[in-house]
Amino acid sequence: MRRGQAARRLPGVAVSVDSPVAPATIRQQSPRRRRGTELMLLVFGYGLSLLAFAQADLVVLDSLGPQFVPFAVTLGSCILVAHVALRKLAPYADPVLLPVVTLLNGLGLAMIHRLDLAEGNGAVAADTDFTPQLGWTLLGTVLFVLVLVVIRDHRVLQRYTYTAMLVGLVLLVMPLMPVIGTEINGARIWIRLDLGAQSLSFQPAEVAKIVLIVFFAGYLVQKRDVLALARSRVLGIDLPRGRDLGPILLAWVASLAVLVFQRDLGTSLLFFGLFVMLLYIATERVSWLVIGAVLFTLGATVAYQVFSHVQLRVGIWLDPFADETGDGYQIAQSLYGLATGGLLGVGVGQGHPDFVPFAKTDFIATAFGEELGLTGLMAIIVLYAVIVERGLRTAVAVRDPFGKLLAAGLSIAVGLQVFVVIGGVTKLIPLTGLTTPFLSYGGSSLVANWMLIALLMRVSDAARRPTRPTTAGAR
Amino acid sequence: MNATIRRSALLVGVLFLALLLNANYIAFVTNDSLRNRAGNSRLIIEEYDHERGSILVGRRAVAKSIETGDRLKYLRTYSDGPLFAPITGYYSVYGATAIERSENSLLAGTDNRLFVDRLTNLFTGREPKGGNVLLTIDADAQRAGYDGLGGQEGAVVALDPQTGAVLAMVSSPSFDPNELAVPDPTAVSKNYDALVADPADPLINRSTTQLYPPGSLFKVVVSAAALSSGQYSPDMVVPGPAVLDLPDTDRVITNYFDSACLGGSLTLTQALAISCNTAFARIGLELGDAALRKQAALFGFNRPLAIPLPVVPSIYPPDLNAPQTAQSAIGQYDVRATPMQMAMVAAGIANQGVVMRPYLVAEEQAPDLSVLSATEPEELSRAVTPAVAAELTDMMVAVVTEGTGANAAIPGVSVAGKTGTAQDGKRPPHVWFMAFAPADAPQVAVAVFVENGGRLGNQATGGAVAAPIARAVMEAVLR
Repeated sequence: MRRGQAARRLPGVAVSVDSPVAPATIRQQSPRRRRGTELMLLVFGYGLSLLAFAQADLVVLDSLGPQFVPFAVTLGSCILVAHVALRKLAPYADPVLLPVVTLLNGLGLAMIHRLDLAEGNGAVAADTDFTPQLGWTLLGTVLFVLVLVVIRDHRVLQRYTYTAMLVGLVLLVMPLMPVIGTEINGARIWIRLDLGAQSLSFQPAEVAKIVLIVFFAGYLVQKRDVLALARSRVLGIDLPRGRDLGPILLAWVASLAVLVFQRDLGTSLLFFGLFVMLLYIATERVSWLVIGAVLFTLGATVAYQVFSHVQLRVGIWLDPFADETGDGYQIAQSLYGLATGGLLGVGVGQGHPDFVPFAKTDFIATAFGEELGLTGLMAIIVLYAVIVERGLRTAVAVRDPFGKLLAAGLSIAVGLQVFVVIGGVTKLIPLTGLTTPFLSYGGSSLVANWMLIALLMRVSDAARRPTRPTTAGAR
Repeated sequence: MNATIRRSALLVGVLFLALLLNANYIAFVTNDSLRNRAGNSRLIIEEYDHERGSILVGRRAVAKSIETGDRLKYLRTYSDGPLFAPITGYYSVYGATAIERSENSLLAGTDNRLFVDRLTNLFTGREPKGGNVLLTIDADAQRAGYDGLGGQEGAVVALDPQTGAVLAMVSSPSFDPNELAVPDPTAVSKNYDALVADPADPLINRSTTQLYPPGSLFKVVVSAAALSSGQYSPDMVVPGPAVLDLPDTDRVITNYFDSACLGGSLTLTQALAISCNTAFARIGLELGDAALRKQAALFGFNRPLAIPLPVVPSIYPPDLNAPQTAQSAIGQYDVRATPMQMAMVAAGIANQGVVMRPYLVAEEQAPDLSVLSATEPEELSRAVTPAVAAELTDMMVAVVTEGTGANAAIPGVSVAGKTGTAQDGKRPPHVWFMAFAPADAPQVAVAVFVENGGRLGNQATGGAVAAPIARAVMEAVLR
């Protein structure tokens, strides 16, 4: 604030310059870019990631392993590339988002490497997950830049509202298709492409998430006036017209379909929650939240009655220790890990996060809870909260309604996903199985989330960009 | 839309708050109960990570940790496992027993006295190591007792009467603690279940945790009460009829040999030597319930003990009527004792009437073998005067020289002893022998117990089955 005022006083000093308008504009804008601040935060986060990685190596191997240099170089390059791209392509974008995201990605890589070490019993495991994840980080950064290059203005996306719907739905049903669809660990949410000797697995729902948010935002911008029309008032709540219930019912049925056919509780919950929240934001009608809650309760109750896997999840949630060595094993081990971690954790490399099945994917938050303690786990939760807060701040600041809904949708998606997965592994809610954005092992999730952040940065750039002075308006 | 975006932010904020509160709940509220849950393998693995101290018998480690290079870095191994199992106990992924349990903080290295060691280890980067426990056990005596029982269900306890040091503590049949120390939890629980299912109960320590009717061994306690009362002397003639009618009931007391003792009257010394039931039941009635209970308590009955393994209190029951008192005087009715308790009775008489507190741990040592603490012998109670103790000693010597305890005689050594054969009429009798030697300068007191007659079954008597085992243990100590 004080800096801004100082800057505003500066033009008075610089009056003698030939063109009084240009320097004034630059001086007025440059402090608001805060790219320097971003760089400092990036360096700090980079340092933390290196420390975590180095500690794992030093504890387990007594020296830095062969992966340290590739890690330091690749992560450093990714950070630098993303930062430079922002300076060029979105100079006004939020300066906090990129540092938070790269810190999470770096810590995730360090933890995946640390779990590789645990599985290899000191040596690096033969089936190491760290190197592919490093590759995915690189690809994620490239796509981050690509999104910023291709989409120079987020409003163009509005044109593709219905294309987005189609693409999103196709992506969602892809795992159900024969040949390419694959079931892994009981959920049919993967597609597998056999490219000769190599086979590539991908979770299309991660990309569908972004595409469908674009659709939701575009659709709701068009229909929000209609959907906000009230028909009757019950208990102080304006109820929508019956025929306007179509979209929410459709979203509900689609979510249930994901649950039924793909047995993917997490994605189902995420999509429906997201749609209801955006509907509420767009129409400013509480009734949509109420209807959404009623439909959710209905769907959840029916799902519980009908599907044994839902009952199983709820049973484990209520008492994971009833079958501690069987169905409840994951959650029990997760809770033991958190309890072992205590307040400050046992230290990176010194616990047994590898005791928890799927420690690198669904349960990576537990691994941090064990080795960095409650303190570390809370720090990570707060980092996500920062992403959501910066995103929603963007939604408030941006001027066009599509941008508002897009930014809100992207941020709330991150928030809901983090709540569902971390809540699941810490036994706050039944475990559903979603990746932890940027931390978890998994290419689709990492790459998709980098693209999500790129979109959010694009909107943020528009939101924070000062309104063009008259010279720009003459263009 | 900004208002609804702000309200949504609040909603998401609530979700994040719930995550944070839940994490705190786990860290502060359920933390301890989770950490100490039986299924939590992390804790034990943490402990297996350091070299646990050894349990020593003399200079030999009967329990020690060896490096494995596996996930459990150190493995607990026991040499002569079954022989020492009742003392060492076992250390498994599911928990520990006996010395492994009661001396855990020292063995694990978490004892406060090892604080400086831990601190230096922290700075020098040396592997932390646990302290050692030196037992009072005499390996030869332990072996003699174990071989003497030879797998029969029973127990042997030998004490140094002057200090209370436990020289032998055998429980049979035993188990191999190595089977429970294997690193694989499923193998551990399989082996454990098999031991629990074994009808011979190998996991039970019969010397300290099981109560048995002491039978005629209790006549020594009655003799102590009689001599202490001043109304009796060893040479006093007492009646010993074939049948003693009990007051207020139709029940009677008879002798083991179903006839009068030495024609119906005999000295107190003779009564003890031939274990005359009717004589002692009569004496018990005359002394009364309270006097017997008081004498029993002075030997250690009716109070718990930790050596440091817990010893269950032996029982002289409260509020007995006359017939019950008469039965109790010959070690029947509800009188119950552990083999440890009966060894304490013998040791008390051997030590001029002073019962020393039994103890298993001679020294606690730091990892560098320096002594952290050495157990000082401690008086538990004065059961009888030195004069009465001397008279009791003479009477018990007569048991071996002239009476039922001939099998305990050691050539060239004066042995004092007493047999016991506790019948309930249904199963073969429990047989006992307690003794100490040399009678004039005792170095060892011993109690031997064999359940249901051992191999001799219905033919068993304390003199035939238990006395030879007691002799072997005493010889092992005196040798």
